[in-house]
Amino acid sequence: MTAVDPDAVALTSEGAQEMGPRSSAGAEELLRELGATLRMSEAEAEALVEEAPAEDQTMIINMGPQHPSTHGVLRLMLELEGETVLRTKPIVGYLHTGMEKTGEELTYLQGPTNVTRMDYASPLFNELAFSLTTEKLLGIDGDIPERAQWIRMLMTELNRITSHLLFLATNGMDVGAVSMMLYGWRDREEGLRVLESITGLRMNHNYIRPGGVAADLPDGWRDKVLAFIDAVPESLDEYDVLLTGQPIYRERLQGVGVITPQEAIALGATGPILRSAGVAWDLRRDLPYLRYEDVEFDVVVGTYGDCFDRYAIRLNEIRESIRIVRQVLEQLPKGDYRIQDKKVTPPPRARIDESMEALIHHFKIFTEGFKVPEGEAYCAVESPRGELGCYIVSDGSAKPYRMHIRGPSFVNLQTLPHMMRGGLIADAVAVISSVDPIMGEVDR
Amino acid sequence: MVDAAATPEETAPEEAPAPEPERLHGALVTTSGDQMVLHADRADLPTLVRTLRDEDGYLMCLDVCGVDYLTYEAPRNLPAEVAPERFEVVVTLISHAARRRVRIRVQVPESDPTCPTLFDVHPGSEAMEREVFDMFGIVFEGHPDLTRILMPEDWEGHPLRKDHAVGRIPVQFKAPQDARQP
Repeated sequence: MTAVDPDAVALTSEGAQEMGPRSSAGAEELLRELGATLRMSEAEAEALVEEAPAEDQTMIINMGPQHPSTHGVLRLMLELEGETVLRTKPIVGYLHTGMEKTGEELTYLQGPTNVTRMDYASPLFNELAFSLTTEKLLGIDGDIPERAQWIRMLMTELNRITSHLLFLATNGMDVGAVSMMLYGWRDREEGLRVLESITGLRMNHNYIRPGGVAADLPDGWRDKVLAFIDAVPESLDEYDVLLTGQPIYRERLQGVGVITPQEAIALGATGPILRSAGVAWDLRRDLPYLRYEDVEFDVVVGTYGDCFDRYAIRLNEIRESIRIVRQVLEQLPKGDYRIQDKKVTPPPRARIDESMEALIHHFKIFTEGFKVPEGEAYCAVESPRGELGCYIVSDGSAKPYRMHIRGPSFVNLQTLPHMMRGGLIADAVAVISSVDPIMGEVDR
Repeated sequence: MVDAAATPEETAPEEAPAPEPERLHGALVTTSGDQMVLHADRADLPTLVRTLRDEDGYLMCLDVCGVDYLTYEAPRNLPAEVAPERFEVVVTLISHAARRRVRIRVQVPESDPTCPTLFDVHPGSEAMEREVFDMFGIVFEGHPDLTRILMPEDWEGHPLRKDHAVGRIPVQFKAPQDARQP
């Protein structure tokens, strides 16, 4: 690629990203912002605009990007009247590293290494979405061995548990239950140890790859998984005592950050946010991938759409994940852990020692990669945060022509201004926490 | 292999003229894998998405993303009626009741990189349209707050365009000092 031709590039004429003062926002813009999101009639929205306080009664402050409860580098601009939040604008991009651009320079085999770093709390889901899309483009999505599918399910469900444990830890910390933070991190670390013993890494595993998984389950994996899923339910019962039944905790979360199903759908929210509003939508059940048809689990839904529902949903999703893991342990078939397709799978180690062709083949797969037929495909999985989609355009070469990740956190962040409206600034912290955004995925 | 029992009705379509392309609310329909793809004119996009929302139950806009086909050499996989352009805006909608997604591909020319916004139909497309604007420079007309979202405000150019070079930090090498040379 040559340097940028300045004439060919559109100049940037857009305004500032920051939230403007009330006067510069203009009544019409304000009305649109509120009316569209709240699905109000014009008259209702106009009344709201008229009720708004004078500009000298409000104050715009920055929260973040370095605030401890913004989960990374999320910056919120809040318009406050006293302690009440009137408007919110999330400002993102501080972690933007151009991973979608990087993805265009990496082969399909290197791709999972890149995408796994997006949502770093649930890396296996990124790899899974990328791999499923690549397999769809290759036309081998029906030929992935059973064992590989079940291993993928096992690993992603374990990952879901660790991700939700992280949420419990940070949520507890954000609303003042600091001991919960220690317990949550402790239990998550146990889960990461299991993942490490199987994939070799605590995070950013690069374990799920197009065609299957990187390696078969190692000796002794079953005992480790069992020890983990036997220990977690006991901890969950402790958390119930520590958080669920605790009046201060309930007081902090109940009725805070309420969202209705209509609003959640209009704003594109998925995952626990959508389910907290009472919409029973889980891709694992409704648009099943892998072998989720063959396992039994419940989709946990809330009623009120508040922060407490989102907490309770995640807590109970851990229990459901444990149910799924137990069924995987029972039903895990024998067989290949990756597809025996010479095009995408490198030859086994033993063959390389005795066959020159196998060595060349191995070398070529890892240097040049494999070619993927031209076309475009979109696949999505239910990540702990919602619909994690991957859209790949292939031009027939060994690298994606365009690789786009639909990050659930990125879209879910749009619900923040809405859920914080009219709440207190202390509740804003609880709301951010209950959205559970992972900034690596927001900014990609 | 020819089936000896084939009836004339089964072989007839081969000789018949090409059938009228399938359309849904005026947009051409193709399939990609198991997914329905609509090819809409960009001016019709908001109307199409609104009709899909109100009549067909595609209640949620999952994704808006852009693609720059500047250096794409393979066949574009578009129906004959659609003229390929440099940019494409890809919208993914989902119907929870029918449990299916639909993808809408909209061609956007290089000379006039604009596209009407979907904000009025799906407010949730706001951040995603900003991202497409930031990365590709496609202006969404009518968007309430079309500013950069991921890149800094003063960034020049749109990074995911194919003529935007991959960024790299210049590495300064110095030739090793060779003791034998004067």
